[in-house]
Amino acid sequence: MTTLTDAELVARCRTGEGEAWNELVERFSRYVYAIAVQAFRLSAPDAEDVFQEVFARVYEHLGRLRNDDAIRPWIAQLTRRLCIDKLRSSGREGPADTDDLDLGGFDESLSQLDEAMTVRACLDEVGESCKEILDRFFCRDESYRVIGEALDLPPGTIASRISRCLGKLRAAFEGRSDASPTSGVR
Amino acid sequence: MTGYDEEKIAELLRLLPPAPEGWVRAAQELPAARTEIAAIVARAEADIAFRARVVADLEAALEAEGIEARPSVVAALRSRLETD
Repeated sequence: MTTLTDAELVARCRTGEGEAWNELVERFSRYVYAIAVQAFRLSAPDAEDVFQEVFARVYEHLGRLRNDDAIRPWIAQLTRRLCIDKLRSSGREGPADTDDLDLGGFDESLSQLDEAMTVRACLDEVGESCKEILDRFFCRDESYRVIGEALDLPPGTIASRISRCLGKLRAAFEGRSDASPTSGVR
Repeated sequence: MTGYDEEKIAELLRLLPPAPEGWVRAAQELPAARTEIAAIVARAEADIAFRARVVADLEAALEAEGIEARPSVVAALRSRLETD
């Protein structure tokens, strides 16, 4: 299921396949979370509201998506809009003047997160062991010791493995960028 | 070519930590929750006694029906029953 393109995954979700929906949520959960928490700096309760509302709307409106490949930009825009609504509704209760939200700054963060999603999608091309070690170290912030224990690897070898895997990931990312600079497809 | 070095690739990876597990699970359970909610609302509309039990104590009514009172289901049901 993880090797499906975004468009294939959307098509399967539309048929009501439960596993496909689980994968869609898994695939985009970090993206939605990062937009809410990093780009818009929402509090945890507000971010959770936005997170659940995004997936509720995706589930509800998936049938209306005209281009299945466009799921990622659609989710990004939906999340962005809901975050802005949340900031505006919070602003009514607080001192901040949210009519003057600096959307340029948010959009720059969004663009970076979009690039991060493309890098993340390339993890599927570097093999399961590399994917896991890179995810644990860079995304989950686990120490060499924790990674070594979890993967049953000598701690002394972790750094070199990470370096090797990062090289593979970079090559995969550059290969993808060469083939299709704007591709959002896994 | 992007010209990105490995440090930049690592920096981009760091931007996407996992979302809290509970949030992900709740979103994944959405289709099942919607089905449960639709069934409960339909029954509450057809059965006045059931509706009264649900309105009086939603969590207890769900448990009595063998439905797990997950926060997402409870919140959605409250909202549906208030607007009906």
